[in-house]
Amino acid sequence: MKRFVIPLVVFGALVVFLAIGLTRDPREVPSPLVGKPAPAFSLSTLADPTRVLTPADLRGKVWLLNVWASWCVACRQEHPLLVEFARTHRVPIIGLDYKDKRDDALAWLMRFGNPYAASVVDADGRTGIEYGVYGVPETFLIDQEGIIRYKRIGPLTAEALRDEVMPLIRRYDVPAS
Amino acid sequence: MKPRHRRFAWIGTGVLALGTAVALVLNAFNSNLVFFFTPTQIVSREAPVDRAFRIGGMVEERSLQREDTRVRFVVTDTANRVTVDYVGILPDLFKEGRGVVAQGRLGADGVFVADQVLAKHDENYMPPEAAEAMKKGAEVSGSLSKTLRAPAANGSP
Amino acid sequence: MIPEVGQFALVVALAVAILQCVVPLAGAARGNAVWMALARPAARVQFLLVLIAFGVLAHAFVTSDFSVAYVAANSSRALPVEYRFAAVWGGHEGSILLWLLMLTFWMLAVSFFSRHMPETMVARILAVMAFVSVGFLLFLLLTSSPFDRLLPAAPDGRDLNPMLQDPGMVIHPPMLYMGYVGFSVPFAFAIAALLGGNLDAAWARWSRPWTTVAWVFLTLGICLGSAWAYYTLGWGGWWFWDPVENASFMPWLVGTGLIHSLAVTEKRGAFKVWTVLLAIIAFSLSLLGTFLVRSGVLTSVHAFATDPRRGVFILGFLALVVGGSLALFAWRAPRVGLGGRFEVVSRESALLVNNVLMLAAAGTVALGTLYPIFMDSLGLGKISVGPPYFEAVFVPLMAPALFMMGVGPLARWKQASLPDIALRLRWAFGAAVLVAVIGPIGAGGWSVMVALGLLLAAWIAVAGVASLWQLLEGADASDRWWERLRRIRRVTPAVWGMLVAHLGVAVFVVGVTLVKGYESEQDVRMAFGETVAGGPYAFTLRDVRDGDGPNYRYQRATVEVSRDGRPYTTLFPEKRVYRVQSNPMTEAAIERSFTHDLYVSLGEALTPTAWTLRIYYKPFIDWIWAGCVLMALGGLLAVIDRRYRRGRGTA
Repeated sequence: MKRFVIPLVVFGALVVFLAIGLTRDPREVPSPLVGKPAPAFSLSTLADPTRVLTPADLRGKVWLLNVWASWCVACRQEHPLLVEFARTHRVPIIGLDYKDKRDDALAWLMRFGNPYAASVVDADGRTGIEYGVYGVPETFLIDQEGIIRYKRIGPLTAEALRDEVMPLIRRYDVPAS
Repeated sequence: MKPRHRRFAWIGTGVLALGTAVALVLNAFNSNLVFFFTPTQIVSREAPVDRAFRIGGMVEERSLQREDTRVRFVVTDTANRVTVDYVGILPDLFKEGRGVVAQGRLGADGVFVADQVLAKHDENYMPPEAAEAMKKGAEVSGSLSKTLRAPAANGSP
Repeated sequence: MIPEVGQFALVVALAVAILQCVVPLAGAARGNAVWMALARPAARVQFLLVLIAFGVLAHAFVTSDFSVAYVAANSSRALPVEYRFAAVWGGHEGSILLWLLMLTFWMLAVSFFSRHMPETMVARILAVMAFVSVGFLLFLLLTSSPFDRLLPAAPDGRDLNPMLQDPGMVIHPPMLYMGYVGFSVPFAFAIAALLGGNLDAAWARWSRPWTTVAWVFLTLGICLGSAWAYYTLGWGGWWFWDPVENASFMPWLVGTGLIHSLAVTEKRGAFKVWTVLLAIIAFSLSLLGTFLVRSGVLTSVHAFATDPRRGVFILGFLALVVGGSLALFAWRAPRVGLGGRFEVVSRESALLVNNVLMLAAAGTVALGTLYPIFMDSLGLGKISVGPPYFEAVFVPLMAPALFMMGVGPLARWKQASLPDIALRLRWAFGAAVLVAVIGPIGAGGWSVMVALGLLLAAWIAVAGVASLWQLLEGADASDRWWERLRRIRRVTPAVWGMLVAHLGVAVFVVGVTLVKGYESEQDVRMAFGETVAGGPYAFTLRDVRDGDGPNYRYQRATVEVSRDGRPYTTLFPEKRVYRVQSNPMTEAAIERSFTHDLYVSLGEALTPTAWTLRIYYKPFIDWIWAGCVLMALGGLLAVIDRRYRRGRGTA
């Protein structure tokens, strides 16, 4: 009898829709900061609390800002890549130690290696908010004029570094004319 | 009652109930579906003026003005901006520079009068509508080079 | 070392579950008693193994073992111990483990309380449940292991989502999951009966108590969730038609239909096909709910998992289980007989109408919840279906259902007489109309919706009493009232259960009606020392002070409330910022009483000495949850009925 098949048919249609629904990614978010000047901050460095670093100090350079924390699990994933990249001395990486304790952060760098030219301490996360930090780790590429050219949410991968970050570095890291 | 009559009575009742339910649902659907528009769509007059809808995007930095319980802020999709007017208390997670969705009507002056402002309860979460608006805005303005993918669950703190 | 024990226990549990699924099914098909006998011990061993895994994870939480990634992501050293335990199910992986623990617990219960059932039936039931368990174990092990290591350990954890740091949240998920997963039992009974081709009254009698217990848990779980949303979200709402709430409400509606349908199948042998279908749908909706919440398809208040692999797995599993059982249904159901005949005016009809309405209600909720996904997946744009839709649909659907609740218990099985029912209920109807006319005026102004709500609530309550009165009637209808009252001891717990549950619905309806009709809300700016009036109450903001909780900072306002000029109470609403996740949270302050709640929540600071505040007056809101508790109590009373325990202990 056909009517007993009806529930099965209805359910089949439902599954098809849910399957298509699954392919839609609600997390695809562009950053409104790309193309805008990097928000200013003035924070003390991790290594030396008396030294203060601001983005203005890096004018004329292309640099990476990497948001990390000792409590961040995914940061460990990208960390070896950062350490390796730092060895090439292509561009400096500045760390933004986000909502972290200084001692924990220093111990973490001792253990996993320190790829950062300097790390600044954003203990209350205020600077993170300015940068629209969404989930640690995040990485920003900032050009010689202090404009954000790229932002990545989540761990940096070798592919992303090669295919997305490096071309941008080549494009923006030109000798000042 | 004869079995045949009984059968008819059953089928009749069933059809009636089903018909009523379907009519109710369709009617309620028609009048209560809330459509979603981006600031760009609103600026280009695609949004209706006579019914409530939702607007989404990001709260523009330094656009929030307060006057007692009345607030005004600007919602942007990076391409266009719409001013939102709201009386009431904003949700805990409402922040400048963050995603927001507001529901209400568009006034004749182009100001969106919201009766509801939604900011969901997760600091890493952007309402899908807001995300969509940002994406569309980016396509329109062409100024944003990258659409970024957020981390998987273990990537966020 | 210990976390690996948990992982290992899960792997072994998977092996046991596969055995428990395959061997007894084969045994039932070939009549091999030894193979069938494997089901019970396997179920018990599986429960133990999952319990060990759960215990290991709980231990890691309580001892703050941050070398486990899941613990590091959902707990912290500063988190109070009771919340560390609750944090076990604070995230995705732990929730699924809890789901599994509940499933194996239900299996364990079936293995013990099934001695009066034929071995083939028990073997099939436990095998079907084991199949579900295999799916969830694979899901856990392949996509969401809670025991993944984080080496070296994190110095401190990321803390539990502040939303979940609440006593209500400690018990809400276990209750809800007990209910969700509990529907796997009637589902397994239905599949086993379809496989064996023995859908009969005995099957319905065995299914009933299980269904009712699952329903009781689900009722309490939903009730707790609603109460929690009321006092922690700071909005004073008790139901938001949020997709996650809907995900739990749909199985509840179908489960309610199932309970009533089972009653007909047991007593009259009718509705067999219908009952089987409802059992399948109820559990399917539980699985669908899990899919919706856990896959991130709907990103809503509760959805903290968004990993596409997980979504694909759950959807595949959902398709397999539900598709498989509906295919089995399509194949086997045509052979099932129709059962006892009945007239259009009969208790069967009344229950059928209610059933159809419950299913229709579940369907409309499903439509409202899933329609945005459909639109989105077809690329037709983003839309949302808000509370107004659900409210518009629910009132006309529920009103006839509530009306039938008054009639049903008085109608006789098979054939009832309409004039007779009308005669018996004339006083009840009169009383209900009286309440509907006078009630709203007494409560604060007449309105159609309030009158309708009170009419239906009073109707259910008074008709319930009338049906009890009818039951007490002796052979000779002319007996005196005290003679009738003396027979009250003969009323079975099952009947009391029905009456209490129906009374719960009436109480619930009163609460909803009066809150909807007369609640008032004001968002105000208040400077220190300023007073705002609301009805007979006056609220004065004294000050707002800072302080420290165990793992958060707070700002606490002191709001003095007076009634008719006399001091009434003092409320302390808070605004909290949890240190680790730096999420702001509003903690409302509520003064509860029998007839109303005063609800104050703190907005934002406008100046150092002036804040925005939200002040609500919520009449009869606690009746909503009291009604739910009564419904659950009714379910419990029905379960303790002696009839279901007959034959137990005679293996």
